[in-house]
Amino acid sequence: MEGAAPSRFEVRVHGRGGQGVVTAAELLSVAGFDEGLHAQAFPSFGSERTGAPVVSFCRFDTRPIRSREPVSRPDALIVQDPTLLHQVDLFAGLAADGYLLVNSGRDLTELGLADLLDRHRPERLLTVPAGEIARRLLGKPLPNAALLGGFAALTGRLRLDSVQAAIRERFRGKPGEANAAAAAECFELVAARTGEGARA
Amino acid sequence: MLKQTEGSAAVAETVAACRPEVVCAYPISPQTHIVEGISDLVRAGELERCEYVTVESEFAAMSVCIGASAAGARAYTATASQGLLYMAEALYNASGLGLPIVMTVANRAIGAPINIWNDHSDTMSQRDCGWIQLYAETNQEAADLHVQAFRIAERLSLPVLVCMDGFVLTHAHERVDVPEREAVDAFLPRFEPAQALDPAEPVTIGAMVGPEAYAEVKYLAHAKQLQALDAIPEVAAEFESAFGRPSGGLLRGYRTEDAETVVVALGSVLGTIEDTVDAMREDGVAIGALALKSFRPFPVEEVRAALAGAKRVLVVEKALAVGIGGIVSADLRMALAGLEVRCDTAIAGLGGRPITGEALRGLFEDAVAGRLRPLTFLDMDWERVEAELRRLGEGGRSGPHAENILREAGIVAGRSH
Repeated sequence: MEGAAPSRFEVRVHGRGGQGVVTAAELLSVAGFDEGLHAQAFPSFGSERTGAPVVSFCRFDTRPIRSREPVSRPDALIVQDPTLLHQVDLFAGLAADGYLLVNSGRDLTELGLADLLDRHRPERLLTVPAGEIARRLLGKPLPNAALLGGFAALTGRLRLDSVQAAIRERFRGKPGEANAAAAAECFELVAARTGEGARA
Repeated sequence: MLKQTEGSAAVAETVAACRPEVVCAYPISPQTHIVEGISDLVRAGELERCEYVTVESEFAAMSVCIGASAAGARAYTATASQGLLYMAEALYNASGLGLPIVMTVANRAIGAPINIWNDHSDTMSQRDCGWIQLYAETNQEAADLHVQAFRIAERLSLPVLVCMDGFVLTHAHERVDVPEREAVDAFLPRFEPAQALDPAEPVTIGAMVGPEAYAEVKYLAHAKQLQALDAIPEVAAEFESAFGRPSGGLLRGYRTEDAETVVVALGSVLGTIEDTVDAMREDGVAIGALALKSFRPFPVEEVRAALAGAKRVLVVEKALAVGIGGIVSADLRMALAGLEVRCDTAIAGLGGRPITGEALRGLFEDAVAGRLRPLTFLDMDWERVEAELRRLGEGGRSGPHAENILREAGIVAGRSH
């Protein structure tokens, strides 16, 4: 809400049921907690049907988080499924200096989002082929972990190792390692392209 | 242990730390993760000497809890919404028989129209069933309240409902210091039932009582709830000294000392309310909040004392008593009787509609300026309501309201009637 301390950082994740939208926000919150932050993750309740548009939220703060309202003015957006781009009002409330990470092998102009580049800081808006990275490393096009690695590099808000630790805690064994590798690959990819804030 | 975890998982672990001997489980959203979590702990052998009973309905869940508790076992279950309604008859029996069952309600709206999201319609509908009702503001408090609930229940031989907002808390991941088993063992003594079915010493629990004694037996239930007004803060104080953090109690004031306007609410919405209070305080508005933690028993004297200095009180309620308006407000007005305090009601968050800081700010500013009517509906789409009322007034076959409103909202395709 207005008047919140600048230490507050709010993330909204858009995807479809089955892509791990809710898990993404939860993993972000665990990584934040591991870094000593207060973190709160919650889904857009009740609509988690396979294939249906799903939204989840994550707040970080250096102080305890009391608000329970959905994130309406996100500092960062993660879009897991580019087919949502023109179906759902994904960019509602995104701050002019906000971050955007879209899972796609095409760039924002190719996705028909060139106008976003004019309204925001273009170096903070990125597409990454997270699904492709996942297909190669996991055998499934689940973009979740890769996007979280990309988020860490893009925003500088989390370290890669805490994102990977959160992933390994949730997915034990081989799937955990493959997802952690996907996060690392996407982290490097984004870090090489933006140079901003990436803390390996 | 301090960790980042889901509210339901924190509650499941805490309930397990309380060593229930019988857990009855029947799934219903948004409560299901809690009993699933306990089931995992039982299966993994981490909860010993516990009978985990999967039952065929909520009525059976409460009935099995009644049987178990009457036989002297510490009994627990969890439910929500229609599930709570389905066990309504058994709820009255559990309290009337004085059985210290603890139950979590993951608060959810009641159909029709069917809706799985959060509000307080379910527990408010059972306000007179004789159970103590405690409301959690955070997942930390939800966990802690379960430890306190068993202690309060067993001290008074009364069942306790721990109410936590469905989805908003049950499905939220945040940091929770989950009470450790050793600490809970030290805090919560073994259950010594005030009455138990024992073939060696037979008694009747649930004897029929006619007009000659019904009123007296019923009054004892009221007297025990009044005793709970002492027991609840005592147990909260003991909890704080044992666990090192405040949790529970009857109520908690937030910046109320010199507040001319005080907002009263229950449950997780208090977080957003307190943020809004802080923002308005920065602008010099004398506003505060009062968290009502115990709704049953209703702490009349404590509420009166907490609000005596206010000029106006606004009750934000997540339930609607159709035909009158507020539910909590009615009790609050009784507590304020004779005081020069204006008391208005705002119905908010029905069926999971988000309660935003922005909307609260507008509402509180209206309250401070004296612009509120006695009953306000936050974020209501009056155009849709009035269109449907017009349609109804035109007579003939106007069709079902739910479908018509969904059409207006563009959620269901097709022509309007």
